[in-house]
Amino acid sequence: MQEALRFRSADAEPLDRADFLEQARLARRGSEGLSRGLPLTIRGLRKSFGDNEVLRGIDLHVPAGQFVAIVGRSGCGKSTLLRLIAGLETVDAGTISFGGETRPEDIRVMFQEPRLLPWARVMSNVEVGLGRDRASSDAQARADKALTEVGLDDKRGQWPAVLSGGQKQRVALARALVSDPRMLAFDEPLGALDALTRISMQRLLERVWHDQAFTAILVTHDVSEAVALADRVLVIENGRIAHDVNVDIPRPRRRGSADLAALEGSILRHLLQTADHP
Amino acid sequence: MSLIESLPRVRSLRLPRADGLVQWIVPLAIILVWQAACETGFVPARVLPAPSDVALAGWKLLLSGELARNIWVSFWRAGVGFVIGGGIGFAFGLMNGLSQLSNKLSDTTLQMVRNIPHLALIPLVILWFGIDESAKLFLVALGVFFPIYLNTLHGIRTVDPQLIEMGRIYGMSDGELFRRVIFPGALPSIFVGVRFALGIMWLTLIVAETIAASSGLGYMAMQAREFMQIDVVVLSILIYAVLGKLADSASRVLEQLTLSWHPAFQKH
Repeated sequence: MQEALRFRSADAEPLDRADFLEQARLARRGSEGLSRGLPLTIRGLRKSFGDNEVLRGIDLHVPAGQFVAIVGRSGCGKSTLLRLIAGLETVDAGTISFGGETRPEDIRVMFQEPRLLPWARVMSNVEVGLGRDRASSDAQARADKALTEVGLDDKRGQWPAVLSGGQKQRVALARALVSDPRMLAFDEPLGALDALTRISMQRLLERVWHDQAFTAILVTHDVSEAVALADRVLVIENGRIAHDVNVDIPRPRRRGSADLAALEGSILRHLLQTADHP
Repeated sequence: MSLIESLPRVRSLRLPRADGLVQWIVPLAIILVWQAACETGFVPARVLPAPSDVALAGWKLLLSGELARNIWVSFWRAGVGFVIGGGIGFAFGLMNGLSQLSNKLSDTTLQMVRNIPHLALIPLVILWFGIDESAKLFLVALGVFFPIYLNTLHGIRTVDPQLIEMGRIYGMSDGELFRRVIFPGALPSIFVGVRFALGIMWLTLIVAETIAASSGLGYMAMQAREFMQIDVVVLSILIYAVLGKLADSASRVLEQLTLSWHPAFQKH
């Protein structure tokens, strides 16, 4: 089998011995009804930078708690879409709504770079994620819990400089999780990691998404990552959603299984077609 | 097999419990050679007195209290001038780094002033202040101002914009953003400025004291020249070297304390 993960890289996510129980828990997820995640509705969204129209009318509805992956060629506008959803850019035309009022702590972003403060220890870096609750009395306890969630509770007193790339990214994940967000936007969060660390990080992402039931938006250039993690894959071409593919493969998904490979192949074909006939 | 591997293995030279002393081997050797050269008459005493004579001169000045008084006066001038000039430089660096308006208003002027060698102002300064304390403080402050201003400005400008964006996303207020992201990010650069400034501080003070002063180390050296006391002249020069080294060490300790997060300062 392709599950050649019996050996682990130095910062691989520690797999508990009850891994099978964990997987069974993931499998049950389909039957769960209510999610605390935020729904997302986008209508007629447009965005230009100067003369360059990056997004040309995006319409999208993401139900609460869904895991959506956005793929596309570089420069297709997928990162811009994510930054607009996260409120990091201003909208030119159209609307983005989350089905009600949101607090800033409800939506968190994780970037390709961990963006940790090098002069703050791991624990204080996670506490940054609490936003306005930083001063509250349970800040420490919540940061501790988030660090445990990503398996780095033994690193709380370290400087970021001594952590590996994967560990830094896990601290960044803990920082994003610590405010109990209802939507997490990932901008190629695993793009800079080596293959093994990537796979263990993908499992970690899937697990926290399952446990905390937030809505997840993942921008990635890696189609296999998209089909492995997401409920739904959006292909963006020329500033529009060109394909909207449901991934009806039950979890836990076996990496390298035939259905995943077939789906990945068909999405890749879409992407490559536009490359050949722009 | 690489070249390195093919070389015979040599145990690296390590002095037990004396790593901190290694740096003093060369200065000590220089003093020994110097002493020997004077003893043998290779260097005439008129040109360069022996280290022992210099030490003796130092001892005499120490007993008379003159040495301590002059060192203290110089030290005080250096410190006060540094604090004034460094403080103003730091404040301008912060303002111009954080505010576009402030930068537009003052940066051009400061860059023009920077290109005037501050020691060229000595005649003007003597006309303004005479030879009392304010003249020396003014010159030291002016000399120290620019390295600290420029490096503070540079440090703030080069703080990683991704970290600033991160801070904003996580809801940091302007004050918090400054305290937690911008200032710590600029600190390594500010320290570079401080170390440059320390060098300029001594240089300025020496020149100012030799030209226009009635106390201080520079004055002591000039007085000694009048009376052909070459040992005292050499003594003053050596004291400057020691004081410079002390100032540098102090800034290193401060760096170690505040930049312990920085990979370059981590103890292994």
